[in-house]
Amino acid sequence: MTHQSLRLIRVLSWAAVVVAGAALLWATVLQPAPTDHQIAMQELGKGDYALVTADGQPFTQADLEGQPTAVFFGFTHCPDICPTTLGEVTAWQEDLAQDGQELRTLFITVDPERDTREILGEYVSWAPGVTGITGDPAEVDKAVAAFRAFAQKVPLEGGDYTVNHSTQVLLFDDRGDFFGLVSYQEPHERAMGTIRRLMAS
Amino acid sequence: MTTSGFLAALAAATLLTPAAWAHGAGDGAGHADHGPATQDAALSLPDPDAAWQAGDLTVTAPYSRATLPNAPVAGGFLTITNDGEEDDRLVAASSDMAGRMEIHEMVMNGDIMTMGPLDDGLPIPAGATVSLEPGGYHLMLMQLAGPLVEGDTVEVTLTFETAGDLTVPLSIQAFNARAAGDAAHGTDPHAGH
Repeated sequence: MTHQSLRLIRVLSWAAVVVAGAALLWATVLQPAPTDHQIAMQELGKGDYALVTADGQPFTQADLEGQPTAVFFGFTHCPDICPTTLGEVTAWQEDLAQDGQELRTLFITVDPERDTREILGEYVSWAPGVTGITGDPAEVDKAVAAFRAFAQKVPLEGGDYTVNHSTQVLLFDDRGDFFGLVSYQEPHERAMGTIRRLMAS
Repeated sequence: MTTSGFLAALAAATLLTPAAWAHGAGDGAGHADHGPATQDAALSLPDPDAAWQAGDLTVTAPYSRATLPNAPVAGGFLTITNDGEEDDRLVAASSDMAGRMEIHEMVMNGDIMTMGPLDDGLPIPAGATVSLEPGGYHLMLMQLAGPLVEGDTVEVTLTFETAGDLTVPLSIQAFNARAAGDAAHGTDPHAGH
């Protein structure tokens, strides 16, 4: 074997080590446990919850399909976050309307005991494209779990209570698969960027 | 994996990891920019310079926000300055419009909103200015006698441990009103005007 071909083998061997090392680094460090999270991501919104919209239509996992959808959790006894989020949704819809678009948006109550269909329907009625969703408390619990949301009742004086809850708006594509999310009070232009990508997907 | 796939996975990872919740998902959470980018309506107080005093305490910019249909609660917001040398404490509040009022603290725990009453009231230390503002401390008006309508005024009586009672008019603003500019600087009602 010539000196030259030995050198070539040595170079190729080192190259292989570098590639293997990079792959290992990617698999162990750079890529955040892809398998678990990919599975978890695919499962977002999936569950056997059976809810009802404010106008009396059933709502299940299958109803996430068909068009892009935004989902968030809230309740009418909510002094700050929920009105603010509905205001932001309204601003998104105003932007989308300029292109003749509307994003189906679901407001799922975390307080089904107090938020009846009628109460919830009126609460969201003024916000374009927003549908209120409620149901039996056990079914709402299932939906909260399916969307990896968070809701916890906190007692107040006099038998009253409030509900601590997650504030993100989850986005789903027209196949009902998780697309992304918008955080509470994310700057409008940034949120619109994500939403326009969703609408174009 | 495509870039968008990776970003979606990353987004899911931040959504699902408790540690990530605590630190907020992306740079959207914990963002202090409440400026026009979020398209909140700016406050339009009838008299931004108006002030109400009791003892060493001065209250400015008291407001609430129009309630959405059927909303039985509302938040009350204002700024309290203690020019004295003695600590004081907001211990109670009441209004004819609210069956019950509490002094609440809202905390964003990552992307989870937690809210609850301050059982010992809200300290107003000597020399300090304390703001009750969206996303933080607020007066919680419960069992509302009726909807709060933009442009109206609701009188609220604040009870301080030392300075005693002080009645201030909450100016009812747009439902999504927020101090113009950065809410962190919300002590200045002119901010951003």
